[in-house]
Amino acid sequence: MNIAVCVKQVPDTETKVKLTEDKKAVDESEINFILNPYDEFAVEEALQLKEKYDGEVTVISLGPDRISSAIRSALAMGADKAIHLQVDENPQDPNVVANALAAELKNGGYDLILLGKQAIDDDHTQVPSILGEKLGLPSVTVVIKLNIDGDKVVAEREIDGAHEIVECTLPAIISTQRGLNEPRYASLKGIMRAKKIQIEQKPAQLSDDQLNIIGFEYPPQKNPGKIVGDSADAVPELLRLLHEEAKVI
Amino acid sequence: MKILIYAEHREGQLRKITYENISLARTLGQPFEVLVVGNEVQDIQEQLGRYGAEQVVFYKNAQLENYSADGYARIVAEAVKERQADVLLMGATSTGKDLGPRVASILNAAMATDCIHVEMEGDNLKLIRPMYAGKVQATIRLTSAVKVVTVRPNVYQASEAPVTAKVDTKEVSAPDFKTVVKEIVSGAKGKLDVTEANIIVSGGRGMKGPENWHLIEDLAQLLGAATGASRAAVDAGWRPHDEQVGQTGKTVSPSLYIAVGISGAIQHLAGMSSSKYIVAINKDPDAPIFKLADYGIVADLFDVVPRMIEELKAGN
Ligand SMILES: Cc1cc2nc3c(=O)[nH]c(=O)nc-3n(C[C@H](O)[C@H](O)[C@H](O)COP(=O)(O)OP(=O)(O)OC[C@H]3O[C@@H](n4cnc5c(N)ncnc54)[C@H](O)[C@@H]3O)c2cc1C
Ligand SMILES: Nc1ncnc2c1ncn2[C@@H]1O[C@H](COP(=O)(O)O)[C@@H](O)[C@H]1O
Repeated sequence: MNIAVCVKQVPDTETKVKLTEDKKAVDESEINFILNPYDEFAVEEALQLKEKYDGEVTVISLGPDRISSAIRSALAMGADKAIHLQVDENPQDPNVVANALAAELKNGGYDLILLGKQAIDDDHTQVPSILGEKLGLPSVTVVIKLNIDGDKVVAEREIDGAHEIVECTLPAIISTQRGLNEPRYASLKGIMRAKKIQIEQKPAQLSDDQLNIIGFEYPPQKNPGKIVGDSADAVPELLRLLHEEAKVI
Repeated sequence: MKILIYAEHREGQLRKITYENISLARTLGQPFEVLVVGNEVQDIQEQLGRYGAEQVVFYKNAQLENYSADGYARIVAEAVKERQADVLLMGATSTGKDLGPRVASILNAAMATDCIHVEMEGDNLKLIRPMYAGKVQATIRLTSAVKVVTVRPNVYQASEAPVTAKVDTKEVSAPDFKTVVKEIVSGAKGKLDVTEANIIVSGGRGMKGPENWHLIEDLAQLLGAATGASRAAVDAGWRPHDEQVGQTGKTVSPSLYIAVGISGAIQHLAGMSSSKYIVAINKDPDAPIFKLADYGIVADLFDVVPRMIEELKAGN
């Protein structure tokens, strides 16, 4: 099975996000970057399918030079090849990203394209669905169980308060959610192997951004809360406050 | 600027986010219509009229009984064109997030996901959406001809403004579906999902084990709340994954979030910091959750929660 996995490099979840002085951008100077946590599920799923059906796993990532560390992480887990679509700066519009990925994926002859359900920096949750339309392929998002038999795909996806069982055929696009698998840790051998793989680099084909970020703000600061008490005896007062002051119960 | 509001429904019932979006659209002072896509949907005229929708279009086909992302996207895109809408307004729900980008792609439209603020600025929209798991908020402008906007549930209140809704039903032809939903597996019966709930009671590692979860469940039931969990509780296998709140779980913004035995790690806060009121019950006064909590009790949860249950049962 010929599998592509689209991965993104994102700030570590622990990162405190600092804005530049003019609040037009995020200050990246102190950020520790990692492979997007959801994309690890996509890589793991690709590797498991390869182990089962044979084939090749290609990692594709769009971004500035710094993303090579995330690409190496995916290679260290066991992916075979990698393509880096180069840009000076990440586009603000996910549609532009999806277009560039589609241009690369279109001629790859992939049976399956895997992505994370969401990149935890921009939180767009758009790229996998857009790719489905751009490539004219079935796509199933937020998948927690995946079964492939011949060219028949049965996927279980998470929706608000329930699960859906969705069927389609290969080639297909799947976006992965926590619960699908347990991503493996890269072995030392894997890390050494990844270092030797040549990452194919090419400029990304960029269209115009139709989504512009005007500026950023920090979320409004909350007033320091009130400690109502230090024992269960504070419960009646807590309930009174919730009822009379907050008016939420 | 004409707005088309996508009416969400499941198993024939319209969902609350639809009323929230109608209420929002009313405040924008722009013409709007509501679009229903499906087969059997209950009380369209009555319910949508109650919240102030004068014009409703119902795109109907028996094959639309079951959701298909690509199939629905085709029809919604068609409707946007036919109704000559400039903005498609949806909920940032699992449906909105699945369907929105596809419709946007078909229409070559840009899309803003999960907005927490929508207002008119001149003849365009000013949109604010959280990024980096809520650590910052970005002001966004979409410059495409058609714009797709999804709004986070529970941010705008559904308010009634009764009118008589005019419903135009149109039999549409259904396209071939590339993906087909074969079955919807509901969670525990009647279980309220955290993303829809107005009140959430969440438990963490401090709960010690699944055998104690009846405390969370009883409290939730008395408050009409959904139950949530930290990743520690989910990873330990105490709770199902769909209850996980946080950066790699669900993003929620209820009116009231009660965190029981949860320390308040940054990844947990990412999912619930936009809750209107936060209550923390934790025995560690230095737990980071207290920095965000509006009200806190620093004590053993096994004393506090039973007392809450008792007081609520007594109707105090
Ligand atoms: C990539 C990544 C993604 C993550 N995503 C998420 C996510 O989506 N959601 C999430 O929640 N976490 C997430 N985490 C994990 C997060 O960092 C924390 O580990 C987790 O939130 C801790 O859960 P907890 O608060 O239940 O446990 P703990 O941090 O162990 O806290 C337990 C708390 O219970 C209190 N306690 C103990 N006993 C009692 C008692 N008897 N009475 C009162 N209080 C008591 C303790 O004082 C303590 O504060 C993520 C981590 C990473 C690295
Ligand atoms: N720049 C990128 N390069 C490669 N894949 C990406 C990129 N951006 C997003 N993706 C993929 O699309 C998924 C969803 O991203 P998003 O729609 O931005 O939330 C991510 O989990 C990745 O798998």
